[in-house]
Amino acid sequence: MSTLYKELERESGMAETGNEKEHWDMVIQPKTSMLDLQLKEVWRYRDLIMLFVKRDFVAQVKQTILGPVWHVIQPILTTLMFWVLFGRIAGIDTGVPGPMFYMSGIALWNYFSTCLTSTAGTFVTNAPIFGKVYFPRLILPISVVISNLIKLGIQLGLLLVMMAYYGITGKFVFHFNTSLLLVPIVIFILAGLSLGLGIIISSLTTKYRDFTLLLGFAVQLGMYISPIPYPLSKLAEGSQLRLLLDINPITPLAEAFRYALFGQGTFTVGTLLYSLAFMMVILFFGIIMFNKVEKSFMDTV
Amino acid sequence: MSNTVIKVENLSKQYRLGQIGTGSLAHDVNRWWHKIRGNEDPYLKVGEANDRSSKGNSDYVWSLRDINFEIKQGEAVGIIGRNGAGKSTLLKILSRTTSPTAGKIGIKGRVASLLEVGTGFHPELTGRENIFLNGAILGMTKAEIKKKFDEIVDFAGVERYVDTPVKRYSSGMYVRLAFGVAAHLEPEILIVDEVLAVGDTEFQKKALGKMNQVSKGEGRTVLFVSHNMAAIKTLCTHGIVLKQGVSVFNGSQYDAVNYYQSSDSTNSFIHAPDIASAPGNDNIKILRLEAAPQEGSELTIFSGLEFQLVFFNAGVGKNLDITFEVQNQDNVIVFHSGGHISKQYDSKKGIYHLTCKLPKRFLNAGTYSLSIIFGENQRFVLYSASDIISFEVLHETSGSNSSRLPGLTFPEIEIQSDFSNE
Repeated sequence: MSTLYKELERESGMAETGNEKEHWDMVIQPKTSMLDLQLKEVWRYRDLIMLFVKRDFVAQVKQTILGPVWHVIQPILTTLMFWVLFGRIAGIDTGVPGPMFYMSGIALWNYFSTCLTSTAGTFVTNAPIFGKVYFPRLILPISVVISNLIKLGIQLGLLLVMMAYYGITGKFVFHFNTSLLLVPIVIFILAGLSLGLGIIISSLTTKYRDFTLLLGFAVQLGMYISPIPYPLSKLAEGSQLRLLLDINPITPLAEAFRYALFGQGTFTVGTLLYSLAFMMVILFFGIIMFNKVEKSFMDTV
Repeated sequence: MSNTVIKVENLSKQYRLGQIGTGSLAHDVNRWWHKIRGNEDPYLKVGEANDRSSKGNSDYVWSLRDINFEIKQGEAVGIIGRNGAGKSTLLKILSRTTSPTAGKIGIKGRVASLLEVGTGFHPELTGRENIFLNGAILGMTKAEIKKKFDEIVDFAGVERYVDTPVKRYSSGMYVRLAFGVAAHLEPEILIVDEVLAVGDTEFQKKALGKMNQVSKGEGRTVLFVSHNMAAIKTLCTHGIVLKQGVSVFNGSQYDAVNYYQSSDSTNSFIHAPDIASAPGNDNIKILRLEAAPQEGSELTIFSGLEFQLVFFNAGVGKNLDITFEVQNQDNVIVFHSGGHISKQYDSKKGIYHLTCKLPKRFLNAGTYSLSIIFGENQRFVLYSASDIISFEVLHETSGSNSSRLPGLTFPEIEIQSDFSNE
């Protein structure tokens, strides 16, 4: 057996240096380079991404009376609950009208948590397809992140309606400026973060299902250590909880998002860059892990 | 050798049996520890040939072991083997849904694999939407699918339902649509696994025809796994036989089918040393069974054939009868016929010798399997054994015909002709 293994090493070495006599379009081997991210292939299958996005959206609203309206009912009810719980009972001062404040946080958090939980299940839920046909596996989590953008868009639309109400009735004065450009940046970083974390978890869950269970309450608890139901400014600088929130890469995102919309938020360019760097590192390692797992996960899933 | 499109070298695939549970983390750690010290994977050393029927000692089995072959452009290669021989594993590796444990495959051109029809079909989507989705999953671009769309709908015959969700389709329509999409892929290499076992006869013909057209007409390379030997023989130009993960035969499709069927079947005779170890049940025990020529030493079309049977009968005072059933390689029953052994309720306990004669020029050349059924009063089955032995009828060169002629039987035909000059 040891000779077989040695041979294998020699062969894979040969393939890398391109010393082969014949040219192959594709070589199937047990191991490939770790850093081969196969992003080119993902690009080649870009049509499939959009078709999956369409499938997700169409399939969800078919045979429902309210259709896409369902995407706004949940955030409205959650907003109401937060408003009563945190605004009225706990009496946390949000600085801006409560419903608007909560709605903005909930829309962001919903996007993050649905992206995370559904990309985390990529391998397990799609095992029947993956077992039968090859396409770059990364297509599916990417399509999930994109199709959730549609839902986020609907919820942001609802937020705009609320903002228009407060603006027209004069209950809140908006000062929009170039900081609005932060909105797409925040959403981009958030998407990358949820994709990266999601594919890391999905890579781990192929073998150890424990991570799915862990994720369930991690997402629930995560919201409370992010400035979603309260503003960051409510926490005293240097307190233990504040430290926890400073580490959390979502904190600057939520704060920057509210700053862009309402002109109130505690963040700096530095903290936002921290989120971006965090996202890029997570995404990079996520893709490496994902590609490593995707080749053999059918045997372990 | 420039037109080799698939080259498989020393391909092996190992699987771990049983639950991936508590043991696997420990094994993972052990693997990692070996790797760090620069040693080889300790679990690659173990592993046994993949024999389903016997209980192995190791938790690791080799589903494929050192497979080597080359496929040239335009060839249609049939992969044959029993369940668990490694056929599907091989196709899975070729279509990249799983990776090999060792070895290497080089492929030239685009591969499309059809391990299942309708992969990724979503029941809520309409036929039209599913065509696009499924096509894209199989590797087509949107533009390519658009170009082929009408052809696919036409092939599947679902024009009226194209904007109906596929969950409303009959299963036949569903399968036709799914196969339609797959059949209109334009890959250089097409990998097909047993998908033809669906749909009605007309559709099966259509599907086989389409595959034939793909391989022979358009010069694409096809890899085809099937248990349908007739389809292998008509569609393929080559055959590879896998047995317990090892490639045991590689040659023409006819030879491969023959090899598979002769190695697959049971003994060519039964010679039991005593009654206790003879096959049978409480009523009947078969001591000897053989298919022998009536004349000469070789069983040919012209030698005549007799089944020589020695059996032990336990039942006294019965009407005993026997039926012989002969099947050819394509599982077509050539005949199912028999007769009485005792008619007057006078069967005795003991050993009977029986000969059943078939005339010469009856069975055509080929390999056949024999099943026998012992009955009582032609109503109750006392003992039945299917495919109990197999035998081969050789072709005997007669005149100018040196190769086997088609047909199940080879009867002598009396020809009378008159000639009149107007």
